[in-house]
Amino acid sequence: MATLVHATRPRRSPVTWARRGGLSTLVFALPLLVVFGVFSWLPIGRAIVMSFQETNLVVSEWVGLDNFRAVLDDPLLGRAVANTAWFALLALIFGYPVPLVGAVLMSTVRRMRGLYSVLAYLPVVVPPVVAVLLWKFFYDPRPEGVFNQILGWVGVGPFPWLQNQTWAMPSLVLEATWAAAGGTVIIYLAALTSVPAELYDAAEVDGASLWGKIWHVTMPHLRGVLLITFILQIIGTAQVFLEPYLFTGGGPNNATVTVLLLIYRYAFGQSLGGDYGMATALSLMLAVLLAVLSLAYFRLTRGWSTS
Amino acid sequence: MRSPRTATALVLTSALAAGLLAGCANDDPAEDPSVDAEAGEDAEPEEITLSVVSLIPGSEPEAFAAFDERVAEFEEMYPYITVEGVEYEWRATTFAAQLAGGTLPDVYEIPLTDAKTLIQNGQLADLDAEFAQLDYANEFNEQLLAAGTGEDGHVYAIPAKSIYGVALHYNRDLFEQAGLDPDDPPTTWDEVAEYAAQIKRETGVAGFATMAANNTGGWQMTAATYARGGRVQEANEDGTYTATLDNDATRAHLEFLHELRWTDDAILADTTLDWGTINQAFAAGQLAMYTSGSDVLNSLMETNGLDPATYGLTAMPLEGDDAGVLVGGTLAAVNVSADDATKDAAIKWIDFWYLSTLRDEQQAVRDSQVRNEGGQGVGTPVLPIFSREQYEQELEWKADYINVPLDQMTGYTDVMFDQPVVGEPSRQTQPFYGLLDSAVQAVLTDEGVDIDALLADLNEQAQALLDSE
Repeated sequence: MATLVHATRPRRSPVTWARRGGLSTLVFALPLLVVFGVFSWLPIGRAIVMSFQETNLVVSEWVGLDNFRAVLDDPLLGRAVANTAWFALLALIFGYPVPLVGAVLMSTVRRMRGLYSVLAYLPVVVPPVVAVLLWKFFYDPRPEGVFNQILGWVGVGPFPWLQNQTWAMPSLVLEATWAAAGGTVIIYLAALTSVPAELYDAAEVDGASLWGKIWHVTMPHLRGVLLITFILQIIGTAQVFLEPYLFTGGGPNNATVTVLLLIYRYAFGQSLGGDYGMATALSLMLAVLLAVLSLAYFRLTRGWSTS
Repeated sequence: MRSPRTATALVLTSALAAGLLAGCANDDPAEDPSVDAEAGEDAEPEEITLSVVSLIPGSEPEAFAAFDERVAEFEEMYPYITVEGVEYEWRATTFAAQLAGGTLPDVYEIPLTDAKTLIQNGQLADLDAEFAQLDYANEFNEQLLAAGTGEDGHVYAIPAKSIYGVALHYNRDLFEQAGLDPDDPPTTWDEVAEYAAQIKRETGVAGFATMAANNTGGWQMTAATYARGGRVQEANEDGTYTATLDNDATRAHLEFLHELRWTDDAILADTTLDWGTINQAFAAGQLAMYTSGSDVLNSLMETNGLDPATYGLTAMPLEGDDAGVLVGGTLAAVNVSADDATKDAAIKWIDFWYLSTLRDEQQAVRDSQVRNEGGQGVGTPVLPIFSREQYEQELEWKADYINVPLDQMTGYTDVMFDQPVVGEPSRQTQPFYGLLDSAVQAVLTDEGVDIDALLADLNEQAQALLDSE
């Protein structure tokens, strides 16, 4: 933007710049820039440097690409990537449509819409750690566990939930979906209110069914939001950490080790101090992958967006 | 990420310490039985605040009250020191983050096996000068002291709290309900399996459980390997090490766990159990037997409110030619950024809180009295930090206040000094435990697990860890 301004207007002196409010703009922006610089950009820069070093945070030694090689040689990396992809896929299958259906249904009800919004958003308000501890209790694998008892009434189960290598990941996704759906519902609801009511009336006059209205009126208006939430969901699930860390610690037998948990293990998993070089190297690889993925996604979907 | 936080912590620490002079003169040496007052320092020492480990988070209020009482007595002895207790439980998976984040107290506890590397990394304060002040500095068990001594011969970490041998803990009530004699605990692994199955059959409660997470599963798997005559790594003549996870003893114990899980359904199928949570489950009556350090009753009483009447302790069954008991323990260390004044206050605290209670009659009696009144265990069997004679002397001093049921622990106390002991693996200890965690989790969650293939794979990873050194 700055170059544009410079290209079209003659160069201003610092005095005119200050008089026209440039100084106050800078002063107002400064705290934000400092905070961002110190707490976001500086650590990012430091992480890039650390990924090429062997460091214990006191003494550092340049090791070239050794950290990246060590990460790629780690037998657990493949497992972590596969687990993360599995989590992302499950979260997509369950976590992506559920809020959408919820929001569409909620937008059609006329009474007590506020109450439904509150109910949908409530899990987001519960602190994540508390939610996980609560769900850990629900996931008690014994027949007298909360979920197993409820399912037992209809003759299903008991399920081992977190105590089984196959079941553990879907169990994490179930909780994560419950915890995150509320936020997405609110976004969809907001987008839905922007759909002009006369479009529905027109569709109704044309004899459209409920499904027809959703498909031909609602969805096209939601497309922009849907595209954004989709990529946010992918980025979010690729960085899943809280659930595996708190529920299973990556177990049983590494069935829920995710990329971020592996990064944490590299850095802090061992009491004797971690391999910060490997941790930052893997972080960087993940960041680059997600950036490339996002770029590709936006290029591919450029024509689909309404906004 | 961490850097700003570390920097803040450092600034705070230095600000706190700024201007504090290294004063360690004690006005009345008579009050201070074991620390030599330094001659020639008459100046009143400057006020200092020392943060120390108090109890495990979630401990009983009475235990905290007892801690506060002892702190008050310490502060009376050294009016210029203000002690700030910080709740703390050492965990392999969080310690490094706490250390890097600067959130550990000034005086904290580390396992015996970690000291050497922490010293090498320059992460522990040099306590040599302060250690020399202790008038019993020469009386420590040499091997234990060596664990906290650096290559420069300086002492960086001091044996403290307790040295334990791994033993078998059991719930006497569940034994009785299952028709077993609680005074006749199992002495072989086959009997452990048999008893566990019977308890499950008769009471519906899991007969056995094992830690499986946060490296504690591997720690107990190693203890079981030792008890069955195996080792998880071996030193070669050329100074290198060979991983031996793929040994018969480890295999036998994994098969034992697998059978308890899938044939008898007699084991608590929870792969998230670690040191703290298995204690909780045991105190809540969810399992009848488990293995852990011999001193765990203290924690069961002060943190989990266990009624000692239901508690039984017996020795690990030892089988095989080279079987031994895994021993481990705790060292007290001081934050590397501590200045001389902090280190001096720290050694006074280490002396008062951890060691004088083992060596000084007055302190031993007082400490056991306060602990007894606070419902904390007194007399729980541990291995001696100094010598067996000193340990027996200490128990004699504390006799009036012993509140743990020693007659329910004879299965262990009768043999504790006769069992061969084996130290924890000396190389890559925690990463080895981490690998074995996944083995324990695999046999508990996969009925069709191929134990041979599993161990072969883990052994390869373990060897890679050793080769990377």
